Amino acid sequence: MSGASGRHRLANGDLWSGAALAALGGFVINEARQWEYMTVEGPGPGFFPLWYGIAMVLLSLVLVVSALRRSRPAAGHTGTDWPGIGRALLCWAAFTLSVLLLKWLGLILSLALLTLFIAKVMYGKPLKVALATAVGNVAGFYLVFHLALGVELPVGLLGF
Amino acid sequence: MDILLSLGQGFLVALEPINLFWCFVGVFLGTAVGVMPGLGPAATIAMLLPLTFQMPPTSALIMLAGIYYGAKYGGSTTAILLNVPGESASVVTCLDGYQMARKGRAGAALGIAAISSFVAGTVGVIGLMLLAPPLAKMALSFSSPEYFALMVLGLAMVVLLAGESMVKALLAMLVGLWIAGMGIDLFSDASRFTFGLSELLDGVDFVIVAIGVFALGEVLGNMERRGEGTLLPVPKGLRNLLPTMAELKACRFAFLNGSVIGFLIGVLPGAGSTIASFISYGVEKAVSKHPEKFGTGVPEGVAAPEGANNSETGGALVPLLTLGIPGSGTTAILLAAFVLWGLRPGPLMIQDNPQLFWGLVASMYVGNVMLLVLNLPLIPLFAQILKLREFVLYPIIFGISVVGVYAVSNSLFDCGLLAAFGLLGYLMQRLKFPSAPLILGLVLGDAMERALRQSLMMSQGDLSILVSRPIAAGMLIVAAVLLLMPLFRRANALRVKAIEENG
Repeated sequence: MSGASGRHRLANGDLWSGAALAALGGFVINEARQWEYMTVEGPGPGFFPLWYGIAMVLLSLVLVVSALRRSRPAAGHTGTDWPGIGRALLCWAAFTLSVLLLKWLGLILSLALLTLFIAKVMYGKPLKVALATAVGNVAGFYLVFHLALGVELPVGLLGF
Repeated sequence: MDILLSLGQGFLVALEPINLFWCFVGVFLGTAVGVMPGLGPAATIAMLLPLTFQMPPTSALIMLAGIYYGAKYGGSTTAILLNVPGESASVVTCLDGYQMARKGRAGAALGIAAISSFVAGTVGVIGLMLLAPPLAKMALSFSSPEYFALMVLGLAMVVLLAGESMVKALLAMLVGLWIAGMGIDLFSDASRFTFGLSELLDGVDFVIVAIGVFALGEVLGNMERRGEGTLLPVPKGLRNLLPTMAELKACRFAFLNGSVIGFLIGVLPGAGSTIASFISYGVEKAVSKHPEKFGTGVPEGVAAPEGANNSETGGALVPLLTLGIPGSGTTAILLAAFVLWGLRPGPLMIQDNPQLFWGLVASMYVGNVMLLVLNLPLIPLFAQILKLREFVLYPIIFGISVVGVYAVSNSLFDCGLLAAFGLLGYLMQRLKFPSAPLILGLVLGDAMERALRQSLMMSQGDLSILVSRPIAAGMLIVAAVLLLMPLFRRANALRVKAIEENG
């Protein structure tokens, strides 16, 4: 990402993140207004959040305005690394899914599946290598954390 | 004399076999993560913190601190061999270290980095030992307004130096304050920002956010930028890792410069080891008889930044241990570690927990010796870590993250939150929002709100209490000046330049 196009892409990111944070600030202010601002003893639970909520809205607006004021990109720009972002988000989705599956599969199985996915799909390793990595990884976890350190691991329906 | 006696008692603690063992584990792990680009000490400490609950607090803190300063040693290895800094603080080491390696002096460069790290790391611990007790005594007179002002000042400095955009740094800090505010209110029974979920009544555990933002955020960021550098060969044998007498002589001033600058910068919240290493490199170049050779592979160009980078650790522990104010993401996680064990770093820390404080200080002397012994002969072994493939490493990090979070509360809900904060960490990286202000806002949020509300209770709601007390007023004025600095174009240009130089 470089030059005008990079700045523009970043400006877009600034615009959306600024808008999201302004919304969060608005939510914080709205919630804070429902709690006592000042009690007889001193500031109430709404005091501090109200002020940082206001600061959040104001700063977010600065971010949005500065993003809007930034120049547009030159024609023919190369743009953001969308495949790279896609790879990162796919990996995050796989991790999130493995976390959601913890309740049913337990750590050992869901981590094995996640390792298999990362090695095979994300890094294009041969199935044998991916399987060996997955087995080695979970075996290591079981040995180090469960047996050696006595740490409780999430257990699934199969009892491990 | 008191200090020497206390230090002697500290050595009795640090030299207990169990503490020696954990100190070794800490510095070994620290060196290993320092070598690995993309996995920093903050992420490692955050991941391992929950796993240390079964350990005695002193041993656990000795190990976690070992990871912190050990990573500084390891960071230079990739900088020299790969031209890729293992840690941001090693960016400047690339300039001359990699050039030395290209000239076939990789061993000497690694040796100088290790020796300089040892000298400066030891000086940093001496500084910590001498400065912490008087500072803690002074801070005993602080009341709520001074603490509030001190936290505002600490956050202002972190925000100032955290990223190119101060607006983003401030927003990140405010999000940290918001997350810190989740759960039951400190003074009343109001539940805040819980979205009707009982799991959030106790708030969001700091460990979840730290692991999510640092560890998962880093992995996802690395996943996006796939790419491998070319590893230069490491000479085998201790003799090849020792610099020549001429090289050591050339580094005399650099050892001192790095040690002093690193420590002083370390004491300031927010400045951090990256800035320390750049400043000491700049000073070294400015006073050198041959400044034009810097960047072509001069040993001083490795010794000064590596020294500063290591000495900074001792400095950074001063405000953490005496005032309870962390100056960076890593020290914020260390603060959380103290709190998890029911210890509160602050002015009374040395008085109330002398064994722990002096044991920790003494362990840092021991750890520095271990690191020197480890780093000189074992550099080729550590360099092998660079051959560990990403498809093996990343699932391990994911697994440790889940185990770490689950160990805190045995809650799968928290594991789900971990995934959410992982995404937040990645998005922050992608959109160039600095993570340190978020973590500091989160760590200091509760204490800051408490100090502010207590101050206003003392004054019956009168805000002038914050500016009518000289120390509090002075700190708030400095914080205001720091935050208003970007409005002055010239000052902001200097600030941005400093941050850009830091990479």
